[in-house]
Amino acid sequence: MSDTFFSGAPHWAWLIILYFFVGGIAGGGSLLAAIVDWFGAPEDRPVARTGYNVAAVGAIISGALLTIDLGRPLRFWHMLFQSANFPTLMFKGWSPISFGAWGIFLFGLFSVLAALGGMAEEGRLHNPALRAVGGAVRGTLAKVVGGVAGLLGLFIAGYTGVLLSVTNRPIWADGPWLGALFLASGVSTGAATLILLAPGRGATEQSLARLSAFDTKALVVELLVLVLFVASLGAVNRVWLSFWGLVLLVGVGFGILAPLRMHAQRRSLTGAARLVLLGGFLLRLATIFASEGIERYRVAAGM
Amino acid sequence: MAEAMGFFTDTTVCIGCKACEVACKEWNQLPAENGGVRELSGDSYDNTRKLDGIHWRHVRFIEQFKGPYDGRWLMMSDVCKHCVQAGCLEVCPTGAIVRTQFDTVVIQSDVCNGCRACIAACPFGVIDINPVSGTAQKCTLCYDRLQVGLEPACSKACPTDSIQFGAIAELRTRAEKRVAQLKSQGVAAELYGADPGGPLGGLNSFYLLVDKPEVYGLPRHPELPTTNLAKSGGLSVASAAVLGLLAIVGLRKRRMDEQSRGGGGNV
Repeated sequence: MSDTFFSGAPHWAWLIILYFFVGGIAGGGSLLAAIVDWFGAPEDRPVARTGYNVAAVGAIISGALLTIDLGRPLRFWHMLFQSANFPTLMFKGWSPISFGAWGIFLFGLFSVLAALGGMAEEGRLHNPALRAVGGAVRGTLAKVVGGVAGLLGLFIAGYTGVLLSVTNRPIWADGPWLGALFLASGVSTGAATLILLAPGRGATEQSLARLSAFDTKALVVELLVLVLFVASLGAVNRVWLSFWGLVLLVGVGFGILAPLRMHAQRRSLTGAARLVLLGGFLLRLATIFASEGIERYRVAAGM
Repeated sequence: MAEAMGFFTDTTVCIGCKACEVACKEWNQLPAENGGVRELSGDSYDNTRKLDGIHWRHVRFIEQFKGPYDGRWLMMSDVCKHCVQAGCLEVCPTGAIVRTQFDTVVIQSDVCNGCRACIAACPFGVIDINPVSGTAQKCTLCYDRLQVGLEPACSKACPTDSIQFGAIAELRTRAEKRVAQLKSQGVAAELYGADPGGPLGGLNSFYLLVDKPEVYGLPRHPELPTTNLAKSGGLSVASAAVLGLLAIVGLRKRRMDEQSRGGGGNV
């Protein structure tokens, strides 16, 4: 039996699952927006602007979910500053949750700036203060801000899995692939979100087709990493002989294999994108709850 | 720093009276569970079942019976191990978990914000949320009592000296003598967590066991949570590099130009 079975469940449930899902989308969306911004064509600008907006909204929702989930939400700032020595910063480079708190904070800052820059470009900002900030984020500065938001997005999409690995819990700490898996899933769900939302901002069919082609590759990477993740668990895989194993199976079938088939057959881009989002959610749902359901005292008692 | 202090728990003399649990609850003013209405476990004489935010001591009952008169009881008063290398302290993002001058590990309740990272990091399942404070809590090894020269409430209350409190070096010597004595009587006794060269640099609350650690609900090779950090982080970076390159290749301008020349994309 893995030694992880003797640890206690941290009661990370729906709010954290939602955060992992939304954070993944925001991170993936931000990365793709930055890549389109830096390397894409002018006609791809709507995709970049949508990506920055998805990132900004996702970062704000993520921060709210994480704060509400705390046992003492009003002490959220203890993650960023030493409560007894304010304003001395609180940071542990070896603690993913500490690293992540700063990551979310900076990601929120840069993605909101990038989103404001994009909205100012479209003339959608009516508030004078926001228009002033958005208007300042243009040209080279906009590219730098977007680039930083993209890199931070990549971090946000992946660190959640590393955070789970840096515990002593079953499944999460039994293999090293969870960070890579969540990152791949974050990028694939980010691309799917852009496919669904970018047409509303004027994205062309060519832009969407390229996003979809990239999503196919991201899904293949995700599937490969998922196989490696499951293989790395060894005997711990018996925990999947449960309802959550079924959820994972449904997630893989509908959220990875079905969209890959739809892409191969060049069927509805939006239908495939919706399935990718469903799969990304189910992956996190199964991964979190399969581990959360294992209680130390029941294991010790042979139950 | 003062001398390292801790517990040596000799499980062979524990009688399961739970005086330690009561003394701990009383001294630390820990709330009752379920409004004081005790739910019976239904499958054991032990109804506490586990350590958590309001049970900082737990006397585990291990009932090894093949038939009505064929078997034995094992009992162990479990508590925070005050690891020399503590996983909870390592991951705590607020700095709420500190190491004291007695080499014990304490959660400062006024700093903790209830993120619960420490719960998942502890290899022994010791920490949990106290629903009254909303913060993570566990045994403090009676830090308040130690500071004024008193012994922890649980060991003070233990009627059989199953829980012994003292300087770690002295406790180790005492524990080794007890193991030798039991072995001379044919009892398969082993120490768990007493070796400073062992997992987590040794435990400042260590045990004398007469069965495998797993039987007592203890992991055989407890590890620090950050053991996985480099590998998991490295694979994430590698995956990020692959996906980033795929995205750059797939979404770059030249690719679009090529597709335009070739008659459009795959829509």
